Amino acid sequence: MSEINWGLTEEQIEVRDMLDEFGRERILPVRAELDEKGIFPADLLNELAQMDMMGLYIDEAYGGMHMGHLGFSVAVETLSKYCIGVSVSFAANALGADPIIIGGSEEQKKKYLAPLATGEKWAAFGLTEPNAGSDAGGIATTAVKKGDKYILNGTKQWITNGGEADTYTILAVTNKAKGARGVSCFIVEKGTPGFEFGKKEDKLGIRASATRELIFQDCEVPAENLIGREGMGFLLAMKTFDISRPGIAAQGVGLAQGALDMAVDYARVRHQFGKPIIANQGLQWMLADMAMKVETARAITYAACNTIDAGTKDVSKISAMCKCYAGDVAMSVTTDAVQVLGGYGFMKEYPAEKMMRDAKILQIYEGTNQIQRDVIGAALIKEYASKAK
Amino acid sequence: MNIVVCIKQVPDSDKVTIDRETNRLNRAGVPSIINPFDENALEMALQLKDKHGGKVTVVSMGPPQAEEALRTALSLGADEAILVSDRKFGGADTWATSYTLTLALKKIKEPIDLILFGKQAIDGDTAQVGPGVAHFYGVPMITYAKECEVTENGFRVKQVTDRGYNLWEIEKPAALTVVKEANELRMPNLRKKLAAKKAEIPCWGFDDLNPDEEKIGLSGSPTKVNKVFAPPIKLNKEILSGEPADMVKELIFKLREKKVL
Repeated sequence: MSEINWGLTEEQIEVRDMLDEFGRERILPVRAELDEKGIFPADLLNELAQMDMMGLYIDEAYGGMHMGHLGFSVAVETLSKYCIGVSVSFAANALGADPIIIGGSEEQKKKYLAPLATGEKWAAFGLTEPNAGSDAGGIATTAVKKGDKYILNGTKQWITNGGEADTYTILAVTNKAKGARGVSCFIVEKGTPGFEFGKKEDKLGIRASATRELIFQDCEVPAENLIGREGMGFLLAMKTFDISRPGIAAQGVGLAQGALDMAVDYARVRHQFGKPIIANQGLQWMLADMAMKVETARAITYAACNTIDAGTKDVSKISAMCKCYAGDVAMSVTTDAVQVLGGYGFMKEYPAEKMMRDAKILQIYEGTNQIQRDVIGAALIKEYASKAK
Repeated sequence: MNIVVCIKQVPDSDKVTIDRETNRLNRAGVPSIINPFDENALEMALQLKDKHGGKVTVVSMGPPQAEEALRTALSLGADEAILVSDRKFGGADTWATSYTLTLALKKIKEPIDLILFGKQAIDGDTAQVGPGVAHFYGVPMITYAKECEVTENGFRVKQVTDRGYNLWEIEKPAALTVVKEANELRMPNLRKKLAAKKAEIPCWGFDDLNPDEEKIGLSGSPTKVNKVFAPPIKLNKEILSGEPADMVKELIFKLREKKVL
């Protein structure tokens, strides 16, 4: 940990220290195996539940720890120092729960958030489809109302925690004619007839996490599982991303920190030409650039969290900025870490190459970094147009 | 079921060195931890509580800073903590410590079903306080316990031996010392840890326990330490080389020569 004072509360520091110990004791010894074999870290999530860490982002009223977005992001960041395959499985619970937190009724919050807070159940968010990625408005899964039920049909793709989660928030079209305003969000529970899981994906990185298809075939969902009103789904998804993106940024910060730690440790002990390689100015400058990137990524991520926690209405821009920036930082710092370790960095026996493989997803999921720049650009246009008035 | 776990705060022995001039332990700046075997005793207590319900109380005798160890125990899941501390208790050997701790256990209101200790402390390594307390308190003791199951009237305990294990049935109340292989330690819990930071930990001193003054502290300790020293390191090593089969033959020959085999 660096000397920088981030103004964290005593509770947030406690979360960080406890999860740092958890990372050293529990994640480090198994991360290579989880990665190689693609094992979902169910045992680790269960232990995090026993530690009261699954409900950090949930209000006390529903059994959570009410640590805010900053507390949650500090947790995600700390786990990410050790493995982002584990930390995304942890964080995807919040992503799945966010639509309920943002738009759910009191009954829905009581029913669905409480078991997520204890870690008794896990959550997942289902938006992406084979033909609807960046263009989230193009989803084809339909929900047709029939009496007091909605009938869901369609396939979701690349759903994090798919198959492992119990509670799914699913986007489906209820009125095709209205386009993005005809999309609605539903809570679907695992085990509902007509809700099956497709193939589990084999991935470049975050191989410990589960990424799977969700298949709906005449799946009957009670009408009371609709979140908010019909047509609110797209807006809910966008608001969800506004508050979930700092979590992805936190993954980038933690991953980059882990890579920097490893690179500096290695550079201090690796001797070439009769001296440790860290004695070379060229290498020091490389490490200095890496360290600056890590700290600036952390700064913008914490700034985004504080902005959300302060109750700011429109957080799209800062949220997209931190996600985009920290994702790019993670890719660059992990790539440099491999370079610092040289041949050892390239070998599977050392964790550097895994970090580099893992980093790539951060520039892709929860909106590619190109989409983030779109969001930032759109926000700038709006901001300056209103100033001009 | 009421379980009391006696824990000791010890210096993290990995980080302690001996001053070769004075033969004293360099303890300055060395972090303190819960004696590792006591952590296994606490984990055994917590697992019994998870399964059968009840209450786990941790007791530690030591200087005021031993409170830290008790707070750690609370964050792991102990329900209550008691610090036994008084300047007059200082310098106690295992006999005086056992006597003093027993007075504290007798002061606990609820009847105790099980008293647990680590098999020994990593600083003194005597393994005497557990049996000492069992003696003064007047309960049967099984040392080196690896497993403990609850039976109708007491406990069924697996005791580790050099060649395997003994299986004992013991009536409650009873006392055990616990080995490392007994369990895997759990991680602390966030809610409990935050509560532990603010918990009021009662401190029982001389006036609370009302001991026989001749049986406590340095003056009440029959053990006299003659000398503390680091044993000289004599390395008389020999490294064999060659084909494994030949090396084994040579090794056996050498061990026979030294009458080890």
